Amino acid sequence: MSLAHEMAFASPNITAVAVEATEFPDLARKYHVSGVPKTVVNDEVEILGALPEDAFVEQALTAARP
Amino acid sequence: MALLSPADQQALRDAFLQLSRRVRLVFFTQTIGCDTCVQTREILDELPPLSDKLVVEEVNLVLEKDKAAQFGVDRAPTIALLYDDPDSNGEPKDSRIRFLGAPAGYEFASLVHAVLLAGGRTPMLGPGTLEKLAAVEKPLTMQVFTTPT
Repeated sequence: MSLAHEMAFASPNITAVAVEATEFPDLARKYHVSGVPKTVVNDEVEILGALPEDAFVEQALTAARP
Repeated sequence: MALLSPADQQALRDAFLQLSRRVRLVFFTQTIGCDTCVQTREILDELPPLSDKLVVEEVNLVLEKDKAAQFGVDRAPTIALLYDDPDSNGEPKDSRIRFLGAPAGYEFASLVHAVLLAGGRTPMLGPGTLEKLAAVEKPLTMQVFTTPT
């Protein structure tokens, strides 16, 4: 989680939300969360599990491409 | 009743000495249909006694819709972290860090981490990452699903 929060803090265009999956089963269902952590960026990109910084940032920012 | 042990309180008090500016934990709540809002408030109330730089502010999601919309918040409990910045004329700045759901268990550690970041701790991201982030022009919302354990 901390990595996404660090990214939000560093970029004025990024918001990062930690979602407690068991409290919001509708969101967990909507995004097909079957394991945690699972990161969803702009409903477009999904990242499963915890990744090293470079790989996580790389995958997350594919959602930023025009 | 205190949720944190005296040892944990002391560890947090020590960690919060790093805070160089005031951090506002804005708590979006609602009275009906929120099973974990009371628990969330109890957890948040543990923090201000540990540092004079920490403030909890409550926003009612139903009664203060405009304020919630301003932060893009539409569910409770949500915590948004803001911080006071001397450069912005007393207007708190939004860290764009959010927590949806009670920050219990492992998420409490994430909350402490985020508070320290908003409070002025040096970001941990590498220079390569910061360069990539500086090039982001499209608004991105990252939702990270977690569980309490």
